[in-house]
Amino acid sequence: MSLDGIFSLALLSQTVRISVPYVLAALGATISETGGVVNIALEGLILTGAFCAVLGSHYSGNPWVGVMAAMTGGIFVSLIHAVVCIRFRANQIISGLAINILAAGATKFFLKLIFHSSSNSSRVAGLPHWSFFGLDRAPVIGAIVSDSLILAAALLVFASYCLIYKTPFGLRLRAVGEHPECAETLGVSVYFMRCAGVMLCGVLAALAGAWLAFDQHQFSADMSGGRGYIALTAMIFGKWNPLWAALAAALFGLAEAFQIQLQTVGVSVPTQFIQMIPYVLTVVLLAGVIGKSRAPAADGKPYPGEE
Amino acid sequence: MSARAKTALLQLAASAAAVALAFLTGALIMLLVGVNPLAVYSALFEGVLLNPYGLAQIIFKSTPLMLTGLSVAFAFRAGLFNIGAEGQMIMGGCCCALAGFSLKGLPWLIHAPLCIIAAMAGGMLWAALPGYLKAKRGAHEVITTIMMNFIAAALTNYFVMARFHEPETVHTASIMPSAFLPRLAALSSFFKGSPANAAFFIGLAACALAGWLLWKTALGYEIRAVGLSPDAAAVSGISVARKTMSAFLIAGALAGLASVNFVMGYKHYFEEDFTGGAGFMGIAVALVGQNNPAGVLAAALLFGALSHGTLVINALVPKDIVLILQALLIIFVITFDGIARRYAAANFGEKA
Repeated sequence: MSLDGIFSLALLSQTVRISVPYVLAALGATISETGGVVNIALEGLILTGAFCAVLGSHYSGNPWVGVMAAMTGGIFVSLIHAVVCIRFRANQIISGLAINILAAGATKFFLKLIFHSSSNSSRVAGLPHWSFFGLDRAPVIGAIVSDSLILAAALLVFASYCLIYKTPFGLRLRAVGEHPECAETLGVSVYFMRCAGVMLCGVLAALAGAWLAFDQHQFSADMSGGRGYIALTAMIFGKWNPLWAALAAALFGLAEAFQIQLQTVGVSVPTQFIQMIPYVLTVVLLAGVIGKSRAPAADGKPYPGEE
Repeated sequence: MSARAKTALLQLAASAAAVALAFLTGALIMLLVGVNPLAVYSALFEGVLLNPYGLAQIIFKSTPLMLTGLSVAFAFRAGLFNIGAEGQMIMGGCCCALAGFSLKGLPWLIHAPLCIIAAMAGGMLWAALPGYLKAKRGAHEVITTIMMNFIAAALTNYFVMARFHEPETVHTASIMPSAFLPRLAALSSFFKGSPANAAFFIGLAACALAGWLLWKTALGYEIRAVGLSPDAAAVSGISVARKTMSAFLIAGALAGLASVNFVMGYKHYFEEDFTGGAGFMGIAVALVGQNNPAGVLAAALLFGALSHGTLVINALVPKDIVLILQALLIIFVITFDGIARRYAAANFGEKA
């Protein structure tokens, strides 16, 4: 097989499938951090979303109930982060790590109780496919344009951009992330805005988990597999801008898809080096070698601050 | 009572309340799914604390946690958040095993210390880049250390898989017996059947040494000064960049050292995921231990006991309840600690 077989529609569809959870979680992190709350709980939120999605569709037989359950689960877990970090002003990074441990433990705990397995749930149906003008029957890309969560992810990229940069809500969110004291003086509730940012992040990251669960038709233990952290790097790489963050997420997805395609044509690049790309790039970026990426000024700082 | 003593007492009470509330919430979860929490907790208590094997397992499990906890706590004293203990421990373990199986024909007295040094050097190496980037470029150490964790995992995975793995296995060759750490079982039959080994004493010594370094030496004083206020430290002539680098290197060495419990004392090889998440749990240990060496020791024993407890209670309730308990513990500790600190600041005029 020749090398141009690599640059095929299969590569495109693989890239999209790998990127969707990165994009969704990266959007969530961007919104949360725009409001000044660091959210490294993405990993836990993805797991929660995936588990709730499977649970919801398992019991109802309807995958849309699964999607609703995932979003509810995401909001619930985000609520913990919000109460601990915003109300009680605790360290946001430690809270995020604790939530990741909590979600890993709780999903495995209930997996065993409900599905009597320590590795995976029973099979659930995926989301139904749309059909626009028969586009869903097009080869390869048909599966992409007819998948509701892929379409939702694409829409959410632009929706997040508009939310942050084109609405009063976004202006307030950016204000509490840059200068909370100033925003409070102008009558913006820092508590409310930050909570809203964290909740939106919970919904988006949980959707990333729901996508994973429906894509694999099951929940398996620790299925987030570090995706939350890749989303975090995409956010930094995208300079805390939803459009760029989504693009970075897609780029990381492309790198992975490329490696898989190379393998199918018999060229073997060690997986490990492809896996490293997002992390190495982020370190290089932070080293200031290829431009600067600046976080919102009050990102990670509790409000009101310690005197 | 002085304001300082009152504050310390209040913080201790806050920690105790956090532990109690974590177990209480855990009990509620168990009740919710129809498991008797009293049965689980008493099995936990009996299986872990009331039998010699359980106690030996606490020693074994708490050793790496002590060292990673110390690593995080040490960096924290310099105002740095070392999320990278996991990656530093992985690199330490890799270097330790490399020195263990490639150096041949050395006497124990030379080979074992060399491997310990290799473990520390591996950890240091992995902490050096985030330290440098923080000191010289202002790159946030939380992000860089998270990235370094993933790079360490992928890199060592590649080397183990492609270069050094034993046929039919997923680990490296065994280290030479001249690099083994003696098991405690060789000392006393009390430890029979447990992999607890001399690394525990290395952990204890490291706690003592870290305490001495931080509070009895000029370097420790300067590191703490930088941690309390980098600006004030700089004005009084301390090089903030230098102390940041030193603190990071020492933290890296401590995390690297955490690997010897497994590599030199237990399995005698390096394999993927040998840390069992000790690097991340070290963050919780440092936190619960209030970032001081004695506290870290106590917290490591607590987390070690919980970690062994997973095996004891697995018949009664899914063992993942322990992960939930640990997470709840962290969440309650950070919440209560903040409340106690603010209360003390407002009422006793003491800044803790």
